[in-house]
Amino acid sequence: MARVKMQILVCGGSGCYGNNSEALIDNLKLELEANALENDVHVIRSGCFGLCSLGPIVKIIPGDVIYTKVTPEDAKEIVTEQIMKNRKVERLLYKDPVTKKSVATETEMTLHKKQLRIVLRNCGIIDPENIEDAIAHDAYEALAKVLTEMKPLDVIKIIKDSGLRGRGGGGFPSGLKWEIAYKNKSEEKYVVCNADEGDPGAFMDRSVLEGDPHAVLEAMVICGYSIEAHKGLIYIRAEYPLAVARLKTAIGQAREYGLLGKNIMGSGFDFDIEIRYGAGAFVCGEETALIHSMEGLRGEPTVKPPFPAESGFRGKPTNVNNVETFACISPIILKGAEWFASIGSEKSKGTKVFALAGKINNVGLIEVPMGTTLREVIYEIGGGIMHGKKFKAAQTGGPSGGCLTEKHLDIPIDFDNLIAAGSMMGSGGLIIMDEDNCMVSVAKFFLEFTVEESCGKCSPCRIGNKRLYELLEHITKGKGTLADLDRLKNMSLVIKDTSLCGLGQSSPNPVLSTLDNFREEYVAHVTAKKCPAGKCKDLMEYFIISANCVGCTACARVCPVGAITGERKEPHLINPAICIKCGSCMGKCKFDAIIIQ
Amino acid sequence: METVKLTIDNKVVEVPKGTTVNKAARQLGIEIPTLCYMELHDLNIENKPAGCRICVVEVQGRRNLAPSCVTKCEENMVVKTHTTRVLNARRMVMEFILSDHPKDCLICAKSGNCELQSMAHQLGIREIPGQEIASISTYRKDTSPSIIRDLDKCIMCRRCEMMCNTVQTVGALSAVNRGFMAAVAPAFEQNLEYSTCTYCGQCVAVCPTGALTEVDHTPDVLRTLADPTKTVIVQTAPAVRAALGELFGMEPGTLVTGKMVTALRALGFDYVFDTDFAADLTIMEEGTELLDRLNRHLKGDKTARLPILTSCCPGWVNFFEEYFPDLKDVPSTAKSPQQMFGAIAKTYFAEKIKVDRKDLVVVSIMPCLAKKYECQREEFSTDNNRDVDFSISTRELASFIKQANIDLNNLDDGEFDDPLGESTGAGVIFGNTGGVIEAAVRTAYELHTGKKLERPDFTELRGLEGVREATIDFNGIPLKIGIAHGLGNARKLLDDVRSGKSQYHAIEVMACPGGCIGGGGQPLHHGNSDIIKARAAAIYAEDKSKPIRKSHENPFIIKLYEEFLGKPNSEKAHHLLHTHYFDKKKKIVVKQ
Repeated sequence: MARVKMQILVCGGSGCYGNNSEALIDNLKLELEANALENDVHVIRSGCFGLCSLGPIVKIIPGDVIYTKVTPEDAKEIVTEQIMKNRKVERLLYKDPVTKKSVATETEMTLHKKQLRIVLRNCGIIDPENIEDAIAHDAYEALAKVLTEMKPLDVIKIIKDSGLRGRGGGGFPSGLKWEIAYKNKSEEKYVVCNADEGDPGAFMDRSVLEGDPHAVLEAMVICGYSIEAHKGLIYIRAEYPLAVARLKTAIGQAREYGLLGKNIMGSGFDFDIEIRYGAGAFVCGEETALIHSMEGLRGEPTVKPPFPAESGFRGKPTNVNNVETFACISPIILKGAEWFASIGSEKSKGTKVFALAGKINNVGLIEVPMGTTLREVIYEIGGGIMHGKKFKAAQTGGPSGGCLTEKHLDIPIDFDNLIAAGSMMGSGGLIIMDEDNCMVSVAKFFLEFTVEESCGKCSPCRIGNKRLYELLEHITKGKGTLADLDRLKNMSLVIKDTSLCGLGQSSPNPVLSTLDNFREEYVAHVTAKKCPAGKCKDLMEYFIISANCVGCTACARVCPVGAITGERKEPHLINPAICIKCGSCMGKCKFDAIIIQ
Repeated sequence: METVKLTIDNKVVEVPKGTTVNKAARQLGIEIPTLCYMELHDLNIENKPAGCRICVVEVQGRRNLAPSCVTKCEENMVVKTHTTRVLNARRMVMEFILSDHPKDCLICAKSGNCELQSMAHQLGIREIPGQEIASISTYRKDTSPSIIRDLDKCIMCRRCEMMCNTVQTVGALSAVNRGFMAAVAPAFEQNLEYSTCTYCGQCVAVCPTGALTEVDHTPDVLRTLADPTKTVIVQTAPAVRAALGELFGMEPGTLVTGKMVTALRALGFDYVFDTDFAADLTIMEEGTELLDRLNRHLKGDKTARLPILTSCCPGWVNFFEEYFPDLKDVPSTAKSPQQMFGAIAKTYFAEKIKVDRKDLVVVSIMPCLAKKYECQREEFSTDNNRDVDFSISTRELASFIKQANIDLNNLDDGEFDDPLGESTGAGVIFGNTGGVIEAAVRTAYELHTGKKLERPDFTELRGLEGVREATIDFNGIPLKIGIAHGLGNARKLLDDVRSGKSQYHAIEVMACPGGCIGGGGQPLHHGNSDIIKARAAAIYAEDKSKPIRKSHENPFIIKLYEEFLGKPNSEKAHHLLHTHYFDKKKKIVVKQ
């Protein structure tokens, strides 16, 4: 390998890819060639850095300088200034959302300081399409150790001792899961990687697969060795084309290098991996539904027991883990169970990746030790709430989770604390809401998702969720009563209590947790028929403050339905019976005379 | 046997390991209500998607409620079946189901026989909270020649899907769409007519609601009866007499042959005949064909296709035309008894009573829904006049009799009319699985060996085992017989025929589990296989009571051949009583 003086890493994750990072890479290469620098400086398409809302992201090594929102046209300036003259391109530097000051390097970013990257250890560092780059960053070293020095039960013991719990949502101890699959003897067993990440706003697994696919492949082989399986299947949604492409490349390279297939590393152990595509049904993240989908059947769950470890894919013992769980395996093998167990909280070990979304400054992907507080995540890593607004709630666990409020800001986030707070870890979606969010609408939004995504197999989920949604809609239209709130709660509890799978058992969580934490908002909707956040259209009324109105007639002229009347130079009036609440008048008024009540 | 001990509603019960909570409770006399669950125990058929969630119970130490239909008993388990938590949940789940169900019970085909209706009643549901803001999932209605699908009434119990896929391996119905719009439908939500459906009607037989019903032809029959220019004759299939009484409150297995004849006459049919007569005729034709193929085979004729397959069952015919068109020269070419009857009625009998076939209406009463489709097949018409004009099911007949305010219980026994009403015990047993082949053996044995049968009962051919086989000694020739009921079982035998592995000389297939007695047009069994067993026993009882028990001894059959047909498999017999089959395999056509 030629000696390279500098590296320019360009994020090739889906977000940055979508923002033209490929063209940026091309331009950077052309600029380097134009200046005869192509041998000294390499451009590498890397995985996700986590700063997704600011993409495309460019990182210069050495120096760890981070540039944000880089366009293909910026390539010339980066090469001529940063590379050739070692002068930073000030306008592309990351700006701290709180101090508003430019931050030159990754290590100086508050965003970075509280993070600990185990799962994402190689994301944004290696070229995901180059296995040698991965191997240079310790990929397959753990596998070598396992195959040469350890017996299946040794591996299972380490995983058990590490305290690793499944990152897919339930938090079931992974070592125990492996052990059960190991104990169910069969000629034919399967290792399944659940890459059917379906929570709205969640993209942890996708980023791992796009940025460091070998981390998952290696862990699957280790799992196969431990449970004595020889076949691995990755169930990935077809909507993740980039992840699929990189997985395929990685699988091909791993086979070429003897890290997959027959007689891996000459150890005599055979293991190969195939990709199966999901059609994008949320319920297929549930392991029995996932397995049925892989078998070519309708993607719907069946009652457990039997658990997949007993009777899974094709009726054979099957171990299902999600991407993030697998990504934890190699570091645990290499650094030991004690190391992993030393990170995190008492019953939740290691780190957790969260996809930060919503009204937060740093939208993107972060990885923090379990037990980090919500306050640290939002205000230190996330850079606080957008536009300096007030924090209202954070939805964890996706549509099946619940919301945490101000009183939960200082509880350490882990599996058990979230459940105690009426939410759940889920796969790691974290959606931040501010004072402008109507919590009834938030519950309705999440429920709309689960209504759409229910498979329809069991009645409480199929019909009950629809009825919950309809009742919420009724309330947001100002037609609800106080008795409806009790009914909401009763229905929610019954749906949770009677549904067949995790989807229905958790789908009413957003309703229950908003009802618990923001009951006054619900009450305002049903008694005063007002939406305190001013979001529910049917409960809003546009109103002209006579004192401010100068009678310019601008509002009346823009009103599409003729709801505004008034003489020139006289205060105008809005007829609420005609008004369609489009908001056009408010946008036109130069005198702040129109308000929403 | 390993057992577990548990407590249900404070009562201790010991059950074999693997028993479900629901069945353990039943041992204690506690009936936990179920809706989607259905079991036909003796036929090895079970539907347990655990989808309706009506049967939930509280299990100590478990976070959520457990569906008792699939939850297995465990040692020291503590189960409560009627806590307030359970009752509240069960009621609300029922309210959910009802909130998405049309409330047109007054005019629903299943009214009075609907499991959803009885469950609503049992759970004391008097109102559905929130109904005023609840939308109802609606779907396009689909009417095929035999079956009407009204998915607005589907509650996703998945019984039809299980019957169609697991039991029948037809694969016409499966769940489509997600969530609130989920329903069971053919692929691409096509109409049933364009699917692989065989019209066996087993989906209808198990549907707990009015989502799947038969096409009702009683109004057509009433219209022809009211038409003075028409002579209307009726034929009744063997399985009908063993089940019709159930719909008039009689015990399953009560034979109502005579009462049924009286009722039909009272309804205004000009002649009441018996499909059993045509069954005897079928034996003459099919038995002769069997002996012919067998003899040719024994002489080394390679063109003699064996095994011969029976062809009386229209669901079965549809099945092999769809899935085994390459074997369409293997089944017997003999028409089904229904169609043989129609062909003879509209020729021989029409001539006899000097009525033009256009003025003669043939109605059949069948335990079957595929018969509705069969009588509409083009090859069974002459000049656009069907051999059998209308086929109505046992259920439709019961409704028709009730419409005429006739109580079957109070009727005297009537006698079938001549000449198409006389039948033998062999004709009767056509209603049971194994019956057609037993009837054929009775005749073929005597014709082949020239010897008198000591006893006409071949009990080795009887039973409810899905696939059965027996070897009958034909004067030194071991005749190997295979029997399958349920199309999934038939598929197993057909796969062997296709691959050349089949060792049988003759195979009988009936599409419905149990044979015609378990047909898609019979009174609903609601998951009680004892009913099917009782009907089977009734059929064999009727056979036993008959003075003549072999088809070739039926004097009116002998007369028919003397006066009209000549001999079995004669040219005239071929013309009237035999048919041919088509390749009906569905092709996927991509529209450009």
